[in-house]
Amino acid sequence: MFRIPPQALFGQLLLGLINGAFYALLSLGLAVIFGLLNIVNFAHGAFYMMGAFVAWFLLQYAGLGYWWALLIAPMAVGILGLVLERTLLRRLQGLDHLYGLLLTFGLALVVQGLFQNQYGSSGQPYDIPPALAGGRNLGFMFLPNYRAWVVLFSLAVCLGTWFVIERTKLGAYLRAATENATLVRAFGVDVPRLITLTYGFGVALAGLAGVLAAPIFQVSPLMGANLIIVVFAVVVVGGMGSILGAIVTGFLLGLVEGFTKVFYPEASNTVIFVIMAVVLVVRPAGLFGRAA
Amino acid sequence: MATTRLTALAVLAVSMVGAWAGPASAQWTGNMVKIGVLSDMSSLYADITGPGSVLAARMAVEDFGGKLGVPVAIVSADHQNKPDVGSNIVRQWIDRDGVDVIVDVPTSSVALAVNEIVREKNKVFLVSGAATSDLTGPKCSPNTVHWTYDTWALAHGTGSAVVKAGGDTWFFLTADYAFGHALERDTSEVVKASGGKVLGAVRHPLNTSDFSSFLLQAQASKAKIIGLANAGGDTINSIKQAAEFGVVKGGQKLAGLLVFITDVHSLGLRTAQGLLLTESFYWDLNDQTRAWSKRFAAKHDGKMPSMVQAGVYAAVTHYLKALAQTKSDEDGKAIVDKMKALPTDDPLFGKGTIRVDGRKIHPTYLFEVKSPDQTKGSWDYYKLVHAIPAAEAFRPLDQGGCPLVKK
Repeated sequence: MFRIPPQALFGQLLLGLINGAFYALLSLGLAVIFGLLNIVNFAHGAFYMMGAFVAWFLLQYAGLGYWWALLIAPMAVGILGLVLERTLLRRLQGLDHLYGLLLTFGLALVVQGLFQNQYGSSGQPYDIPPALAGGRNLGFMFLPNYRAWVVLFSLAVCLGTWFVIERTKLGAYLRAATENATLVRAFGVDVPRLITLTYGFGVALAGLAGVLAAPIFQVSPLMGANLIIVVFAVVVVGGMGSILGAIVTGFLLGLVEGFTKVFYPEASNTVIFVIMAVVLVVRPAGLFGRAA
Repeated sequence: MATTRLTALAVLAVSMVGAWAGPASAQWTGNMVKIGVLSDMSSLYADITGPGSVLAARMAVEDFGGKLGVPVAIVSADHQNKPDVGSNIVRQWIDRDGVDVIVDVPTSSVALAVNEIVREKNKVFLVSGAATSDLTGPKCSPNTVHWTYDTWALAHGTGSAVVKAGGDTWFFLTADYAFGHALERDTSEVVKASGGKVLGAVRHPLNTSDFSSFLLQAQASKAKIIGLANAGGDTINSIKQAAEFGVVKGGQKLAGLLVFITDVHSLGLRTAQGLLLTESFYWDLNDQTRAWSKRFAAKHDGKMPSMVQAGVYAAVTHYLKALAQTKSDEDGKAIVDKMKALPTDDPLFGKGTIRVDGRKIHPTYLFEVKSPDQTKGSWDYYKLVHAIPAAEAFRPLDQGGCPLVKK
């Protein structure tokens, strides 16, 4: 068990960080949506999957490559989110969390089923953009350029989002609106629009993660379902609604998972849930959460 | 996901016409023959088996026509790759719904569970999707026929060809359940018997999306060959990510031990080219397979059949032939005995036999995946390296440890 050379360990550490980047990006969207809107968005995985599919559609039918997809797919998915919020989720405001959870979970199943019916389960190939193809030998491992790009890009997006919400005036409005919508409205802020846009933004983050994932995994209808449960565990460990918590925990759990894959690979699917259980016992509000 | 989809596809392929013509001695439970296709309808094996297997069973019933004199119905369900879910469905089917035969059942762990229930209830189990060679080895049953392929056949088809070509050190990426373990075990034996060495293995959970960590361990092992003892979506992601991490460029080779044509279709030839793989059926083998496959594809969104789906068609056809002689669907063991006594003959696998341990015997084929400039068009993916004659394709009868084989 301990005969793993330190170089191999560095490699696993880096890989954990890469997976953590996906967890962070996805759980960030979930945390924004939950923290500001109080919706448990189980459709997040479906939006992630749709982001990847939009990228594939763009390439297949419009001849637009990865860089365009990086711009267009999150917008397309975000707009879908806006429509969803306006037409369905809005009606659940003020009701128990469970209703939002059921609605979004049901939607996720429907969307996934439709895609699977149309595109099967083994997925579509999507190539790494030529500019990011290849990789470099770091001495202790071969790092594909694309994975390095994923880490840096998602880190930038995560920090940007955190900055906007915690350090700008717009973010202050948002946080205020969730604390006391009536009061904020009295100051002349259009709270419903703010909420719709926030949901759209959170969902767009999922779409963005989908585009980033497309060249690594197959673009498959199941890709979201495989990930969403893990991402929820990340959000719970980080503290529901804590934005910094989601980012830090995302990367952290990616690392833990990476280590598990070296020492006891059979448990790599479960380790995150074990941690979740322990954290819930010791700190029910999560690592970064405020006790209600 | 959490819902058990129990799609009752009541396909009454044969009308009641002719029922009066049947001999008075015929005994049919529920006055019909009921076929239950149990498969992965929604997850990583769904393209290999799933709805395509249901279609293949339906085609077999339609092609057989009304010769039995009773209607033949097909029901299907999704076992979600979980042995407990699969077992519950099969018990319900047999106890409550009067299902006479369980067909397909990919995912070896589920198939092994179903194997026991069908034996206990004295029904018939026609395996096409599951791979573990234990089904005709220590776990063999007088009620089970294992049709299409098994881990021994894959190991010997692909494994020995790779070792012969110089790939004498191996590292395995193994799916952590019955199938992966069996495939790793059978292939290791071949590698060692041919003078090669196994340097190590890593067991990954079923339905993993990120393989980079495991690939890194495989790279560090410096083995010449990385054997993929997994299937479906897991194989696809392993191959795709191996390309990304420069595994092949680094001088190591991948051996896909169980690769289906649907996987190759999904990967694209650019990524999959050069892979060696063993299958017992390919749509472009001869005129008969081409004719049937085109008929299949026309009803299946243009997708060509996998060998599992072809196996479902052939197995159901042979089962119906046996029923035409037993004139009863009650005693499962008697029907399987009849299936073993009758020589098999179908357009997809040709002439063959079923051994006493339940193993269906036919040739297998070692294929190489074509490169993008070799293909003549969509689904033209394989070139034949060599055919493995029926006598050598499967494990010799006396080596499986099946209690049904008298020594």
